[in-house]
Amino acid sequence: MSTIYLVGLVVLVVIGFVFGRARAAALAQAGTLHSRPPYHGLFVALGVLVPMAALFVIGVPVGRWIVESQSLSAYDLGPADALKRDAVLRDIQSVIVGSYAGEATEALRRAAATYVSLRWIVNGALLTLGCAFGLLGFALSYRSLAAPFRARNHVERFVRIVLFASATVAVLTTVGILMSVLFETIRFFERVPPLDFLFGTQWSPQTAIRADQVGSSGAFGIVPLVTGTLLITTIAMLIAGPIGLFAAIYLAEYATPRFRAFVKPILEILAGIPTVVLGFFAALTVAPSIRGWGQAIGLDVASESALAAGIVMGMMIIPFVSSLSDDVINAVPQSLRDGSYAMGATRSETVRKVILPAAFAGIVSAFMLAISRAVGETMIVVMAAGLAANLTFNPLEAVTTFTVQIKTILVGDQEFESAKTLSAFALGFVLFFFTLTLNVIALQIVKRYREQYD
Amino acid sequence: MTDVALAAAARTRVARDTAAEARVRARYRAEWRFRMYGLLAIALTGVFLVIVLTDVLRKGLPAFTQYHLNLEVNVDPAEIDPQNTRDPGVIRAGDFHALVRSALRGIFPEVSERAVRRRLDALLSSGASDALRDRVVSDPSLIGTSARVPVLISADADLYFKGLGTNIDRRDGRGAATPTGTIGEISITSTANDFSPDLTYIKLTISIRARDLRAEAERFRRSLRTVEARRGELESSLAAARNANDAARIAAAESALKPVLGDQETLTSRASEAENRAAELQARLDRVDSQETLEDTQPSVLVAINGGLVKVKQLGNARIDGEVLLPLSSESEAAPGAWQIITYITPEANRRAGDREVTWLERLKQMGLVEAGFNWRFFSAGDSREPELAGIRGALTGSALTLLVTLLICLPLGVGAAIYLEEFAIKNRVTEVIEVNINNLAAVPSIVFGLLGLAVFLNFIGLPRSAPIVGGLVLALLVLPTIIIAARAALKAVPPSIKEAALGVGASHQQAVFHHVLPLAIPGILTGTIIGMAHALGETAPLLMIGMVAFIVEVPTSVTDAGTVLPVQIYLWSDLPEIGFQAKTAAAIIVLLGFLFVMNGAAIYLRRRFERRW
Repeated sequence: MSTIYLVGLVVLVVIGFVFGRARAAALAQAGTLHSRPPYHGLFVALGVLVPMAALFVIGVPVGRWIVESQSLSAYDLGPADALKRDAVLRDIQSVIVGSYAGEATEALRRAAATYVSLRWIVNGALLTLGCAFGLLGFALSYRSLAAPFRARNHVERFVRIVLFASATVAVLTTVGILMSVLFETIRFFERVPPLDFLFGTQWSPQTAIRADQVGSSGAFGIVPLVTGTLLITTIAMLIAGPIGLFAAIYLAEYATPRFRAFVKPILEILAGIPTVVLGFFAALTVAPSIRGWGQAIGLDVASESALAAGIVMGMMIIPFVSSLSDDVINAVPQSLRDGSYAMGATRSETVRKVILPAAFAGIVSAFMLAISRAVGETMIVVMAAGLAANLTFNPLEAVTTFTVQIKTILVGDQEFESAKTLSAFALGFVLFFFTLTLNVIALQIVKRYREQYD
Repeated sequence: MTDVALAAAARTRVARDTAAEARVRARYRAEWRFRMYGLLAIALTGVFLVIVLTDVLRKGLPAFTQYHLNLEVNVDPAEIDPQNTRDPGVIRAGDFHALVRSALRGIFPEVSERAVRRRLDALLSSGASDALRDRVVSDPSLIGTSARVPVLISADADLYFKGLGTNIDRRDGRGAATPTGTIGEISITSTANDFSPDLTYIKLTISIRARDLRAEAERFRRSLRTVEARRGELESSLAAARNANDAARIAAAESALKPVLGDQETLTSRASEAENRAAELQARLDRVDSQETLEDTQPSVLVAINGGLVKVKQLGNARIDGEVLLPLSSESEAAPGAWQIITYITPEANRRAGDREVTWLERLKQMGLVEAGFNWRFFSAGDSREPELAGIRGALTGSALTLLVTLLICLPLGVGAAIYLEEFAIKNRVTEVIEVNINNLAAVPSIVFGLLGLAVFLNFIGLPRSAPIVGGLVLALLVLPTIIIAARAALKAVPPSIKEAALGVGASHQQAVFHHVLPLAIPGILTGTIIGMAHALGETAPLLMIGMVAFIVEVPTSVTDAGTVLPVQIYLWSDLPEIGFQAKTAAAIIVLLGFLFVMNGAAIYLRRRFERRW
């Protein structure tokens, strides 16, 4: 149905454009046009497009809703939960296609029959209505064409609105993210008190299937997740911080253009390696090696140690730290360097005593952005860090992070409305909030810092 | 006076000079050190990169070749098309696997025992007959004749040929050897002490194991001592608590004591178990008789004699008892040098292919039936539970469909937003909010976009789970900031004079932008788009959230079919325990990195080719 409708839409739009342009060309014989003929064509095309597209966007979901609710009422499914509803709808679909396993019940067959007949009616109505809308739009816009008609201005106003709408998609995305995590988080807090969530030291989200089972409530304290995330992030920053910063200093202050041209691609390649690849490397190469070395010197290392995940995550954010720091160091005015050299300071002294203090705020913000990247990183920790929520600061033990828990809870079959499923959104909310705060602060620092030297 | 002052000045200058020189030298050394730190940091980064890439290449490259058997298979009409219909549907449903199986059994007719025959059958992949089936379906005249076709072998057998088997040591027998039979359990006696090196070697491995076990027991004992000390502490604190009659402390001490007692128990039992095993092995070593029973934790010793192969079970200096793996042609005596002692160095327990499998595979290789070829199936097949059958076609198609959706959504949106912000936006609150928003969105963790997709696209709008369209939508939102930022930079790079000239000859603002500025910005926008697409191609986490992790064999054909993408396939395979999948994972990574390389190369080429300095 959608295909027929959309093809019809395209055909009508093209017809509208051709007719509009032809009419404008004819008008041009009589007098001077305000707008060039193609704009008249576009005007008519838009006159067809807008009502038809609007009908499609509104009509299709409404039509589906009508069909589904009617066929469900034919099935005599009273007020049921979403899960049951979906199951029945799937059954109806498979009865229609003829792939239903087993003998369909009388109610199900009745529902399927309703579904089929209603779908015909709804689709037919939509198509007719669409044609009517398109023709009406065509007639109205075609009639308004005249030599002094300001078709270009109308078209340009429409284009401007479309451009503005695309710019707001980013805002809508943020709102969407906020809404989707916020609502579920509020529902989560109806089940689990926020204080238990924020300060509890036990994390075991397994909610039992039966209420009388042992541990049916689950424990939702995020302290072990916070420490786990912190531990891995700290290890990563201990690696990426110095290496990234020193690499940036060398590239900005010492390297010849040729050396820069050689090293920059290395950093870019490292930055471009998908994290799932680094996760594979961490889980299958780094973690076993660390375990082996640990055993060789008599240390008991968990096979999914925080150290392995942290090291590889550190590798991942080296390019990030170094390119951000590089920008910041390059933004320090040359006059400061020249002044330092003029007083006889060596390069390293200039870097340590003049450039780094001058770039300090920027470097701090670079580190903050890197930390937010590390905290939000998923694949490396999913593949290399563990699932056990241990409350420990020992890098040789397995810890778990926010992202690992979100992924573990939400991948696979989820129970509807359970505290476990909702807890993932609460974790997502904390993660989003934390990284957003870090980013806003960091970007603010960078902005102020830029203004200082501009 | 002046002279004195001058001399003093000269003296102090000299004195200061040496100190100053030392300071300068120290400063120069510090300078050099600092410089080296920078170089070291860069070198470390380079080394990381090289290690990651070589590790992936080393693990993944073997998966691009695949070993198969070239077997002469008798296409028996009874199994394929008993009614002689020549109908492709009937032929396709025929039991080709049975044909391939009987062809392999034909090479080893001595295998009659059921359990052993099952092991022989297990050398074949469950897709072993695919090539034969395709051949016969396309050419039904083969029915009733015999055809030589490539037959896929199991992942374990494949890995054996790729060097994940064992080192094999061969040496000729020095004495004349006489077997007592040709099949079943036999013994072989040599006129020389041919087996004494093996005996020594086996004894050596036993003594090493005994030593390891003793060390292990010692480690357990040491931990046990700490646990016992802890127990003593806890018990005394418990006693103190009992004396003080402090219920809370008693409870705390008791609950702390319980796991300690458990630890003590397990450690004690483990230590004594290790000690017993060590003592057992030591007793075996100390025994004077020169006989040793071989176990699967020791290297396997085999004897090749009279065209057959015997696996040694009891090893003596000049006599062995064992089981025939390949039947001997006769019981006659083999002359010195005419028979061989073969050692499979890796113990059978540490190998995926047992002694029998190794024997069969080696025999097949000797017969010239084993061939290696490029693993086309890896690119033409969908996912599978069996490593030798699994391919990335489904994942590649899924990735292509997903990226298509992403591109169709985020290119117009991104360019539109960039044009608006760069050319038409008035500086006001709304514009500022949008700009801040785009910058912050670029730093939101990708998994959060997955949450958005799950909550909005799946649960609210009700789009199908696991479908490329949902993945494409989520990725489009994810890379939108990247594309907007790149497109804005490209638009900004077009000099204002172009637009001003257009406006000067009477174009409207939009005409100037769309007819003159935008075309000049297209190379920059394309570069940014390609980089954004490369980013989207490697993204995994948000797609896990929207259910693209299901095990799907079929290759998706539309954007609403359930499917998966290449990085998610990598994640899924890396989670599987079979060793064969490790190479597949690394091979899929190589393909992914190859695509990213090509995309980034294209971006760089575009930038170089069309970059214009104004």
